[in-house]
Amino acid sequence: MATVARFEVEFTRFLDAEGEATQELPAFALDPANLLPLYRAMQLTRAFDTKAIALQRTGKIGTFASALGQEAIGVGVAGAMRQEDVLVPSYRDHAAQFVRGVTMTESLLYWGGDERGSNFSVPREDFPICVPIGTQVCHAAGVAYAFKVRKQARVAACFLGDGATSKGDFYEALNFAAVWRAPLVVVINNNQWAISVPRDHQTTTPTLAQKAIAAGIEGVQVDGNDVIAVHDAARKAIDKARAGGGPSLIEAISYRLGDHTTADDATRYRDPDVVQQQWANEPIRRLRNYLARIGAWDQEKEEHLLKESTEQLNAAVEAYLAIPPPTTTAMFDHLYATLPAGLQEQREAAQWFASHDGGSSHG
Amino acid sequence: MAELNLVEAINRAQAWEMAHDPSVVVLGEDVGVNGGVFRATVGLQERFGPDRVLDTPLAETAIVGTAIGMAAQGLKPVAEIQFSGFIYPAMDHIWNHAGRLRNRTRGRLSCPLVVRAPCGAGIHAPEHHSESPEALFAHLPGVRVVIPSSPTRAYGLLLAAIRDPDPVIFLEPTRLYRLFKQEVADDGEALPLDVCFTLRAGTDVTLVSWGAMLNETQAAAEALAQEGVMAEVIDVATLKPLDMTTILESVARTGRCVIVHEATRTGGFGAEIAANLAEHGLYSLLAPVQRVTAWDVVVPLSRLEYQYMPSVERIVAAVRKTLEGA
Repeated sequence: MATVARFEVEFTRFLDAEGEATQELPAFALDPANLLPLYRAMQLTRAFDTKAIALQRTGKIGTFASALGQEAIGVGVAGAMRQEDVLVPSYRDHAAQFVRGVTMTESLLYWGGDERGSNFSVPREDFPICVPIGTQVCHAAGVAYAFKVRKQARVAACFLGDGATSKGDFYEALNFAAVWRAPLVVVINNNQWAISVPRDHQTTTPTLAQKAIAAGIEGVQVDGNDVIAVHDAARKAIDKARAGGGPSLIEAISYRLGDHTTADDATRYRDPDVVQQQWANEPIRRLRNYLARIGAWDQEKEEHLLKESTEQLNAAVEAYLAIPPPTTTAMFDHLYATLPAGLQEQREAAQWFASHDGGSSHG
Repeated sequence: MAELNLVEAINRAQAWEMAHDPSVVVLGEDVGVNGGVFRATVGLQERFGPDRVLDTPLAETAIVGTAIGMAAQGLKPVAEIQFSGFIYPAMDHIWNHAGRLRNRTRGRLSCPLVVRAPCGAGIHAPEHHSESPEALFAHLPGVRVVIPSSPTRAYGLLLAAIRDPDPVIFLEPTRLYRLFKQEVADDGEALPLDVCFTLRAGTDVTLVSWGAMLNETQAAAEALAQEGVMAEVIDVATLKPLDMTTILESVARTGRCVIVHEATRTGGFGAEIAANLAEHGLYSLLAPVQRVTAWDVVVPLSRLEYQYMPSVERIVAAVRKTLEGA
């Protein structure tokens, strides 16, 4: 008998839970100027989540999926992308979207039930968030193939959760991208929970990163609460993809500190004490401790940032609330490039009824 | 002009568009070196290279899923699903994404994708190779559903489908692939999508059908003509969006309508046409609308497939029923 293949999965962490460096930091992290934008973006996401949940509770937006505790993943990855790259996000990825240039107003508009929220003014080619589980990995592989066939030095990056690694779409997409050597970076936000189902009910494999091995590509595991580790892994994977080295998989280990969405009550299925303990690992405090230790951050800066974030957020909420509802006919007008003749009649009927019942029966 | 059968016409249409539009790519199982199990893509990889004609891994979900990503980036993927019985793993992507991308981004992203799949029974194929799933797709907002019934229409409609800026499900009746040949100009001229084609003029009854069933439907019209019953024959060709105008105008003249399709009856697309006739053409009708369809059963294996599919006799009988008391 001979061993014909052997595999290893590496785990990387640079900052421990208290923000102490556990090993020499990567070059970019030696300059605090590179870390401060990551910190600010994480703080802004957290402020947004708090606000969005409040808006949902008061009926100003619909169901919302918070990224609480997982801010480092989106920020770390999107911060490593170029503007011309394409993000293919899932529904918990507004941290990445904001870094990409999606506005908080657009995000609120989407969660508030208005398709215009996915008509981003800045990352024009980024996908809207994907609600069906795991399908976006296939789309991202196709985007990456388009870059390859056009010989563009661009990269597609995509997020999914630990639950989505159980989907065939995930495996199929990794396999296609690998065969095509397409410039794709797939990032698993392993937040330990798929609504109520814990990570160990999804798979018996010790890591999710090793799912890459079956596709013949590199899979690494990082501490998803350490934005330096996430950013470092993302930079390496993105650089490799851009240089023609093909796709990579990154498993970022985090913890979903909030409910699955505002429609969920996690106390039904997990111990609040365990959740409380997980707060010790969260990514924002970790980076703040590190920055404070090296003298790059203090209470005054923190207060200034929070004030600035609040102002920015309040302006975004105000702008969102001021947007009038879409016209009735909007649901017809983007269905096809040109509305088929037979649908014209329905469009007119919808418009007629909307204007004649004055919307009274629908609030 | 070239004498082509339907599958050759499909091949020529793809070749024409690939030669004239560098954004067109073809992908699917065995479409490259092998030229497709039905030879619909034969020669394309040789001519346009493996980057534009991709032999994909064997996974229908990802064939359509990755094609959506390509389409959103401005490529024009033509994805082949080897048999429509294998298209169901891709339904998630067709329903949830292809038909919705334009709408959910308010036009920022779109999905100019064609999914080609052979369909229908009648070639003694194995299990899961004989389905007629068109009604499933016709129920879907945001996509088009096209089924050609001759080499010339296959050529012109496929060109139109590839050029269309939105997703098109293009179902090709395997029974017609090599049944007959026609002169096809191969000049890059597309046919209009979204219109029915009147194949035969008549005054007594309107026969509405699509795909391979037009073979039996036209034979029935011929048999009826021997009896002095003049049937008008309409090829729906594009099921979604449906051109009811042509059908209603015809029925306004004939007063009778028989709808023929190979798919099963309940929830079949014939029901949609019949409902439209009830809503908009009831006062033109001199007799109840008849449907001639497959029975509501699982597609049988090959020994019974011709008892499953509508026959010329069944179509003629349905027409006679509409003429009772006339």
